[in-house]
Parts: sequence; C-alpha cells; structure tokens
Amino acid sequence: MSELGTITFGLFIIVAAVGGAAVLTWFERRLLGVWQDRYGPNRLGPLGVYQVAADMLKLLTKDDWVPPFADRPVFVFAPTAIVVAMLLGFAVVPFSPDLYLLDINIGLLFFLGMTSLAVYAVLLGGLASNNKYALLGGLRSAAQMVSYEVFMGLSLMGVVMLTGSFSLRAIVEAQRDLWYCIPQFLGLFTFIIAGVAESHRLPFDLPEAEHELTAGFHTEYGGMKFAMFMLGEYLGLILISCMITTLFFGGWLGPWLPPVVWFCLKVFIIICFFILLRAGIPRPRYDQLMTLGWKIMLPLTLFNLLITGAIALWLEG
Amino acid sequence: MMESLFYGASAVALLATVAALTRANAAHALIYLIVSLLAVAVLFFLMGAPFAAALEIVVYAGAIMVLFVFVIMMLNLGEAGNSREREWLAPRKWIVPGILAGILLLELVLAVRHAPASTSGIEVPPKMVGLTLFGPYVLAVEIASMLLLAGLVGAYHIGRRFIVRRDFSRPGDNS
Repeated sequence: MSELGTITFGLFIIVAAVGGAAVLTWFERRLLGVWQDRYGPNRLGPLGVYQVAADMLKLLTKDDWVPPFADRPVFVFAPTAIVVAMLLGFAVVPFSPDLYLLDINIGLLFFLGMTSLAVYAVLLGGLASNNKYALLGGLRSAAQMVSYEVFMGLSLMGVVMLTGSFSLRAIVEAQRDLWYCIPQFLGLFTFIIAGVAESHRLPFDLPEAEHELTAGFHTEYGGMKFAMFMLGEYLGLILISCMITTLFFGGWLGPWLPPVVWFCLKVFIIICFFILLRAGIPRPRYDQLMTLGWKIMLPLTLFNLLITGAIALWLEG
Repeated sequence: MMESLFYGASAVALLATVAALTRANAAHALIYLIVSLLAVAVLFFLMGAPFAAALEIVVYAGAIMVLFVFVIMMLNLGEAGNSREREWLAPRKWIVPGILAGILLLELVLAVRHAPASTSGIEVPPKMVGLTLFGPYVLAVEIASMLLLAGLVGAYHIGRRFIVRRDFSRPGDNS
C-alpha cells in the first residue's frame, strides 16, 4: 500500500472501530434482552438503533466535572490511555491477505503490550479519583489483570510454536489446512477467559462490581470521560474478538465469500458469544477469581505448552 | 529520518527520567518512569531489536510498573507522603549524589567515544534471540530461573503465616 493509502486505511480503521463500539452498546442491550426474554432499547428508529445517538448526545451534553479532591492531570489522562492503547492494538490485526496496517514479526507481542498498557487507565483512574471505592476497584483490577496477563501470553505460545512466528499474517496462513481452535483448544479456552478478564467485562468485571463498589474505578467519572472508559471497554471487546478470530479461527480464511467478509463474520459471532457469556454466567467472588487464575488456568496453560512443544518436536522428527 | 526519530525518543527518555526523579508525588513519578520505559522501547525498536522492544513494553511497562503502582495504591500516602518526599528532594541533598553521578556520566561519555560503533540497521528477529538464549547463554538462563525459583520460595515462606484454613461455608467471611 502507498503511504497515503496506509494513512487513509488507518483512519478508516479508527472510525470503523469507534463506530462499531458505539453500535455495540445498543446491540449488546438488544441481544441481552433477547436472551433474558425482554425487549431492551427498541423505541428509537428501526429496532431502536437510534438509541446510540441518543446516548451519545446525553453523554456529550453532560457537565464535564472533575472532582476538586482528584489529582486533576492524571484524572483527565486516564480515560484517554485505554482508548489510545486499544486503538493502537488494531494496527497489527490482518483483516484480509492485503488489508492490514502493520505486518511486523512481533505482531502478537505488540498486541499483548497494548493490552497490558490499557491496565493503566483503570489503575490511574482509580488512583487519581481519590475515592475509596475507586481505589478498591483500581486495586482489584491491578491484581486481576496482572494475574490473567501471565497466562494470556502463555496461552498464545502454543499457536506461536505451531506457526514458528509472531507475525499475525503468518499465523493465519499456517491455518490453511486446520484452524488452530482444534489442535489448540486448551489455548483457545484459556485465552477466551483471559480475554474476558483483560477487558474486565462481565462475568469478570470485579473492578467495577456495582453491588459492592458502587461503580469501582470510574465512580467519580461522568460525561465524556466516562464515555471514554466505556468506549475503551467495547474497543477491547472488539480487539479481543479480532485476535481470537486471527489466532484460532483462521482469520480471513474461508470459501466463496471475500476474505474481509469472512473476517467480519467470525468477529461478529465471537462478539455475540462474549455477550452470551455476560448473559449466562454470574460474577465470581474475588478470591474465586484469583484461585481460578493461579491454580487452574495457569497450570492448564503450562500443560498445553508442554504437550504442544512435545508434539511439535515429535512431528519435526 | 531514523536518526531524528532516535534522538527524539532519547530526549523523551531523558526528560521523563529526570521528571521521574524530581517529582514529589509518587504516582506522577511512576507515570514519568513508564513514559521513559516506553521511550526506551522505541529506541530498541529503532536500533533493530523489535523483540527486545516488545518485551520492554510487556514486561517492564506492562507488568513490573503495574506492581509499583499497585504498591503506591496500597500505601496511599497522600499529602503526607508528598511533603516528606519534597523534604528529601531539597536542593542541598542533591550535591554529593549529583557529583558522583556526574563523574560516572563523564566516564561513560569517554568510554562511548572510544568504543567501536554498535550494530545498527541489522534487525534481530525473535527466533535469533531464542537461539542465542538457549545456545551460548543457556547457563545464564538457568541461573536466572534458579534465582526466580528462590524468589518464589522466599515469597511463599513470607506469605505462609497469612495462610489460614478458610471456611467458605459461611458467606461474607473472607478473612
């Protein structure tokens, strides 16, 4: 792609991701409604899709208030961090054989780095609010994210082993015969759980558990800054779905339809699955979350790594 | 082009580190330190070590610094901590450490001037890093793993007295 083409495509990805995240706020509520046998927002426009515009208008016109006891610069900086980190993560996603921004041989590590930087938004938001509920939410999220990041990276190493590269395009190309969701089903299972925990969505939304921490780390946030946190969360959801598609479900690969359509279709199905998780599973207690992470998921990923390594060596002869 | 990017990133790294040293507020100092680490990651990337750059972000900026912020949040010193820090940062107390660091900097500059130019422009792929680590440097890797194991055992020993038999049958009792 030419220089100008790359810039245009980058801008297009940003607009598409932000727009997708905005529509997702409405879509998620409708889908939750279907699964919980109620309607959800269905009044404005066809199927209620104008609800997105109404919500945005409401958030934009709200008073942009910074509490006087807050650490002002950090308080303002925190919500931008999550959006920037998540949007940067989209740079390495290959949408089709020739539709990608960046194909570096550390693509996967770049994605992991960006998700780990997104933690700071929650942490600093909780710290700068100077509010005990926000602080508790931030503390929880720090512990949760550090714990789940450990095996998030490890769960992907099986895929890297089978491909022999960190480049996401090479990983997709290596899945021509068999999608990695079959040989790496343990990796997929652990990565999905780590992905939910990293984007701190229900059932792993303990940093903002509303019944015990009012709203957790964003208790003091309102208006546009709160919207940024929500935007970051939905961007994270889309990014994780893109990654699962790329790493385990063959990315753009598929018969008849053009590659981009396949990619979007798979991402869409995975997003629906994440919403189903939210509708179906209750929130665990905090100590259960930690026990699950360190005592079950981490040994499981290490076991997967051991088996994958052994089989890879055996196949090589 | 590459050179100007390199000097830009180094300037950011230096300024951020200086700011990290001189801030009285621990949280602000840590944010500057994170920026400094990110700038160093950019430097690694520009010098042809993308794998090292990625690890710098994932491990240092993404994990270790999170633990630092975690501790700051746990202590939550507030204004009392800031004023104590400000007292420690009084100009008079900079003299001796400043002179010592200045001597070291001078020696470093002289050493760098006489050293041969480092590798530049050659990209080191992740595979080569792995082969080198588990080839000629396998002993260092093993020593590091033993060190980490010792740390783990030590942490377990310190935390052992806090492990009490928990009774989860009663709700709300998480002590």
